[in-house]
Amino acid sequence: MGLRRILDDMAPQFQKGGRYEKFYALYEAVDTAFYSPSRVTVTGSHVRDGVDLKRVMITVWIAAFPAMFYGMYNVGFQATSAMANMGLTSTGDWHAYWIEMFSSYNPASIWDCFWYGAVHYIPIYAVVFIVGGFWEVLFATIRRHEINEGFFVTSVLFSLIVPPDIPLWQAALGISFGVVVGKEVFGGTGKNFLNPALVGRAFLFFAYAPQISGDAVWTAVDGFSGATSLSQLAASGLPAISAATGQELTWLDAFIGREQGSIGETSTLAILIGGALLLYTRIASWRIMLGMFLGMTAFATLLNVAGSDTNPFFATPWYWHLVLGGFAFGMVFMATDPVSASMTNTGKWVYGALIGAMTILIRVLNPAYPEGVMLAILFGNLFAPLIDYVVVRANIKRRLARNGI
Amino acid sequence: MATDTKTLLFKPVVAENPITLQILGICSALAVTTSLRVTIVMCIALTVVTAFSNFFISMVRNYMPSSIRIIIQMAIISALVIAVDQLLQAFAYEVSKQLSVFVGLIITNCIVMGRAEAFAMKNPPVPSFMDGIGNGLGYSSVLLILATVRELFGSGSLFGIEIFPLVSNGGWYQGNGLMLLAPSAFFIIGFLIWIVRTKRVDQVEKNEFHIAPHTTREVVH
Repeated sequence: MGLRRILDDMAPQFQKGGRYEKFYALYEAVDTAFYSPSRVTVTGSHVRDGVDLKRVMITVWIAAFPAMFYGMYNVGFQATSAMANMGLTSTGDWHAYWIEMFSSYNPASIWDCFWYGAVHYIPIYAVVFIVGGFWEVLFATIRRHEINEGFFVTSVLFSLIVPPDIPLWQAALGISFGVVVGKEVFGGTGKNFLNPALVGRAFLFFAYAPQISGDAVWTAVDGFSGATSLSQLAASGLPAISAATGQELTWLDAFIGREQGSIGETSTLAILIGGALLLYTRIASWRIMLGMFLGMTAFATLLNVAGSDTNPFFATPWYWHLVLGGFAFGMVFMATDPVSASMTNTGKWVYGALIGAMTILIRVLNPAYPEGVMLAILFGNLFAPLIDYVVVRANIKRRLARNGI
Repeated sequence: MATDTKTLLFKPVVAENPITLQILGICSALAVTTSLRVTIVMCIALTVVTAFSNFFISMVRNYMPSSIRIIIQMAIISALVIAVDQLLQAFAYEVSKQLSVFVGLIITNCIVMGRAEAFAMKNPPVPSFMDGIGNGLGYSSVLLILATVRELFGSGSLFGIEIFPLVSNGGWYQGNGLMLLAPSAFFIIGFLIWIVRTKRVDQVEKNEFHIAPHTTREVVH
């Protein structure tokens, strides 16, 4: 246990009165990354402090891996296919140096696609991680909190919901806004009422709309423009055409994720694998996921039945809504964030259903945004405390009535 | 309540700022601060209205039956706002068009009414006038900061003069669209309040509730 001894020897320097007292947060982070912390939570751990929280967050981080790895492959696949169609033989920017060092631009080769995606994704993730980590450490140090793994989750989720083409400085700005305004100003992990990753993305969405919406950003090739599946549906209804390959997009393609989009959200399959881990470890609430799914299905079916002569999006069935855009990612990773979701069991159903229905409402009925998951979840976050309040009051009333008071 | 002119003029700028401490007048602070030129006109209009409404209300304060004082105050303020609006339309028509309803809405600005009720009703005309100017300065200082940040980062210019050349005009600066939307003013006011209250701890409000410390136990390795 050499490492244990080294850490223990160092400990007094970082504790109160020690030389590096200010940097206790950093010491604590390293220590608990290797060893089980000396203090563990014994009461409800949903607020903060809580070391169980550490393992929870790491599990969510790992659960995002399937979506992340498939996302890297898919970014490459979409881009190299598009390049083959456009007759390009090199990306012609700094990415090309790294890509050509280890691979070529063959869309049929899994390694080529994966490496292409990695060269685009890893810088985004690194920037997000470093900048987000900087804010987290800064606030933890000043406030004498511990550095929280919640930020691992925020950073990986944030990096997966941005377009592969995003300029790195925008990624840095987005995560800064998300971490500082979405979380730290309210007191840090456990006190944020909105999902920080989504706050960051919403900031970019409103601040730099040309780089995070429209047709040009979803495939990591300069000068390539192709409508996303959702905007095609909004414009003309099914079937959608895969922008990169030019072939019709089947449901199975969309389910596996062979379409362009934000880095991690295309593959419903990979997301559901991560979701299964979250459900198995009971970290994510199945009530929220199912509630969101049912809310989406019910509202989409209602619109199918209602029909519309002018808006072809009305006819899109629920199983397409599930696999297109960010719905699955939002359902598994974003809406289930235990801090910003409802706490009560009944509340979770209502909260999930609200988000599901709201997503379809924004997608189909609002002509400005063909995608609605981000705004729907932020909307749900705002209502979560109210939902809990109503549930708790109703319960009190019911019990009073039962006891005849 | 005899206070010297200097306090009346400058206390509301930071120590008792109507926006950052009392959170009044937010509506117009969100609406008119996308361009610095329009903001300056708005600041002058509000300062003039506050000062003169304080002055006149203070002059007649001893003759007002308390039951109808709000109506009388409103009549005075409305008359002043209409005069300002007409002057703007006559001499600065373009700016007046951009300000649209917000000049008219000075009537309902909480700062004007608030100062009339809180200060002018109890003090002689000249100190009331100074108090109006002072609160106008407090309002203006926040609005000018807002407008500077929003115009600079939103459209890369100040007073319409290009500072950062925009990408759409062949430059390098990508305009931040959020800055041109009203919510950005909320964030900036929030950050301003954060800065002010870090320096002036006495402005920090007491917690409404207290979070109990967590129960943890030591584990032996």
